[in-house]
Amino acid sequence: MVKENSKKKDLLWYFVIVILALIPFIPQVAANSFTQHVFILVLLYASMSQAWNIIGGYCGQVSFGHSVFFGIGAYGAGMAVVKYGLAPWPGIIIGSLLSMIVAVVISYPCFKLKGHYFAIATFAIVEIFNRLFMVWYWLNGALGLDYPMMKVGWKNFVWYRTKIPYYYGALILFVVIFSIVRFIEKNRFGYYLKAVREDQETAEATGINSTFIKLSAMALSAFLASFCGAFFVQYNFRVDPPMVMSLQVSMIFVLVTILGGAGTLFGPLLGAMILIPLQEYTRVYWGGLGRGTDLILFGFLIVLIIVRQPRGIMGIINEILKYRKTKKIISASSEIN
Amino acid sequence: MFFQIAIDGLLTGMVYALVASGLSLIWGVMDVLNFAHGEYLMFGMYVSYWLGFLMNIDPLISWIASGIFCFLLGVLTYKLIIQHCLTGPPLSALLATFGLSMMLKNFALNRFSPNFRILTGTLLDGKRIILGNIVLPLPQLVTSIFALVVVFIIYYIIKRTRLGWAIQATAMDKAAAELMGINTERIFLLVFGLGGLCVGIAGGLLPSYLAVHPEVGGLFGLIAFVCVAMGGFGSIPGALLAALLIGLVEALSGFYIAPVFKYVAVFGLYLLVVMLRPKGLFGW
Repeated sequence: MVKENSKKKDLLWYFVIVILALIPFIPQVAANSFTQHVFILVLLYASMSQAWNIIGGYCGQVSFGHSVFFGIGAYGAGMAVVKYGLAPWPGIIIGSLLSMIVAVVISYPCFKLKGHYFAIATFAIVEIFNRLFMVWYWLNGALGLDYPMMKVGWKNFVWYRTKIPYYYGALILFVVIFSIVRFIEKNRFGYYLKAVREDQETAEATGINSTFIKLSAMALSAFLASFCGAFFVQYNFRVDPPMVMSLQVSMIFVLVTILGGAGTLFGPLLGAMILIPLQEYTRVYWGGLGRGTDLILFGFLIVLIIVRQPRGIMGIINEILKYRKTKKIISASSEIN
Repeated sequence: MFFQIAIDGLLTGMVYALVASGLSLIWGVMDVLNFAHGEYLMFGMYVSYWLGFLMNIDPLISWIASGIFCFLLGVLTYKLIIQHCLTGPPLSALLATFGLSMMLKNFALNRFSPNFRILTGTLLDGKRIILGNIVLPLPQLVTSIFALVVVFIIYYIIKRTRLGWAIQATAMDKAAAELMGINTERIFLLVFGLGGLCVGIAGGLLPSYLAVHPEVGGLFGLIAFVCVAMGGFGSIPGALLAALLIGLVEALSGFYIAPVFKYVAVFGLYLLVVMLRPKGLFGW
C-alpha cells in the first residue's frame, strides 16, 4: 500500500518534469525571452530553496547563512572564468567543495546554539563574509567579477542569443536536487533529520548522533547551494558581494521555502512559482516608475500572503486534502450504519 | 587618543542600547524577531528631521513626536500583521516583518529620495565640552545620556510597576497570565508599542548629528539584533551591557585595525561571546 502510494507520487513527479521539459516548446514562451527568464529563475530559486530545505525544513535549523554558500559557489565559477581563463567547471567543483568545508567549520560551533541565537549567529556570519569579500583584493573586492566574451556552448556554459539552454541547465539542476531530497526523505537519513527537528534530546536518547546528522545535512545543503550560485553567475555574467552574499539574498530562500511549506518536497517549487513571478513582474510593470515602487508592492504582497495564510501554500493544500479524507471517512462510516 | 575613541564608542553604544531594548522587549515577551525595527528608527529620524526642517522645532523637543509616531507604528504593525501570524509557524512573523521592512524602506525612498539629510543649526549644533585632551561633542553626549535615561525608565517600568509585572507574567507563561486576569492581547499590543516608542525616541534625537537616509535603519537594526542576542533572551541589562561593548569594539577596531573591519569585529565578538555562553551574557 505504502509502496503503491509512493509509486503514484513518483508518477506525479515524472509528469511535472515532463511538463517542465516541454515548456520551451510553447510558442508564447519560445517567442518571449522575458517569460523564459522568469521560468529559469523559478527553477533556480526552487532548487536553491530545496537545498535550504534540507537543513532548514527537514532538520529544523533555520539558517540565514546560505547566501554565503551561494556566494562561494558563484565566486568559484567566476574566479575560474575571469581570473584563470578556464571553463567554469573546475571552479564550480572547487567552489562547492570549499563551501562544504566552510559550512562544516562555521556550523560546528554554531550548532550548540538554539532557536533565535542560531539564526542571529548566521546573520553575523553573512555580514562578516560580506565585509571580507568587499575588501578581498584577490576577488576584485567590491568591483566584482565581470565575465569576458566566451565561446558559447555547454563547455563554457554560456549562451548570448538564447536562453533555452539555460532553461534546460536549470531544469537539470532542479531534477538533480529534487531527486536527492526525494531520496533523503524516504531514507533512514531523512528520518534522522526529522527526529532531530522534532526533539533533539529524544533523538539523542534513541542513539542518533545529532551533531553528525546536522553537520552532514548542512554540508550537503551547502554543496547543493553553491551549485545554484555557480549557475546564477553563469546566467548573470557578473558577480559582486552584495549581489550574492547579503541578508536580502538569504531571506529570499527562506521566504520561498516558508511560503511554499517548509519540510515538504513540493513546498519550495510552489513557493518559487508564486514568489518569483511576483518579484519579476512587479519589477517589470512598476520598476519603471522608479524610486522603489515595485519593492513597496512586493513587500506588501509578501505581508499579505503571510497574513492570510501563515502556514504556507502547502498548509492550504493539506487542509483541503484532510477535509476530503474526513469526508470520505464520514461517508464510509455512515454506510456501515 | 585611546580614551577619546573609547568614549566615542561608549556614546554610540548607549544609542544602540536604546534601540536594542525596544527590540529586546518585543523578543522577550512575544518571541518575535522584528525585522522592521531599523525601519522604525529611520521613520523616527525622518519625523524629527522634517519637524526640524519645516517648522524649526529642535530635536530636543521633537523626539516626543517621533516617539508617539513610532509607538503608533508598532501598535499598527501588531494589529494588522503580527496578530495574524502568531498562529502559524514561528518564522512567519519574522518573514512578515521582513516584508514590512522592505515596504517601509522603499516607501521612504519613494517619498523622501535617497539623499542623505542632516539637521543643521539646532540648539546644540557645534557645541562641545573639552575635558583635558578629550573632546565631547554636545549633540552626541546629550543624545546618549538621554538614551541611557530612557533605558533605565523602561527597565524600571518592567521591574517595579504593575504593568511591568503583567508584561513579565505574559512573557513567562501566556496561559497562566490569562488565568490571572491579564489581558495578554493588550499586553502584546502595548509591548509592540513600547518597542516602537524606544526606537522612536532614539530616532528623534539622532538627526542632530547623524544623517538620515532610507538605508540608515538596516545597520542599526542588525546591530540591535546582535545586542539583544548577545545580552540574552529578553534581558534589558544584558542588552545594555552588550550595546556598550559593541560600541566600544566598533570604535576601537575601526581606529586601530581598519574602518572596513569594524563590523567584522562586532559580529565576530558576538560569535565569540555566544560560543562561550550559548544563551548570551545574561541569559539562563
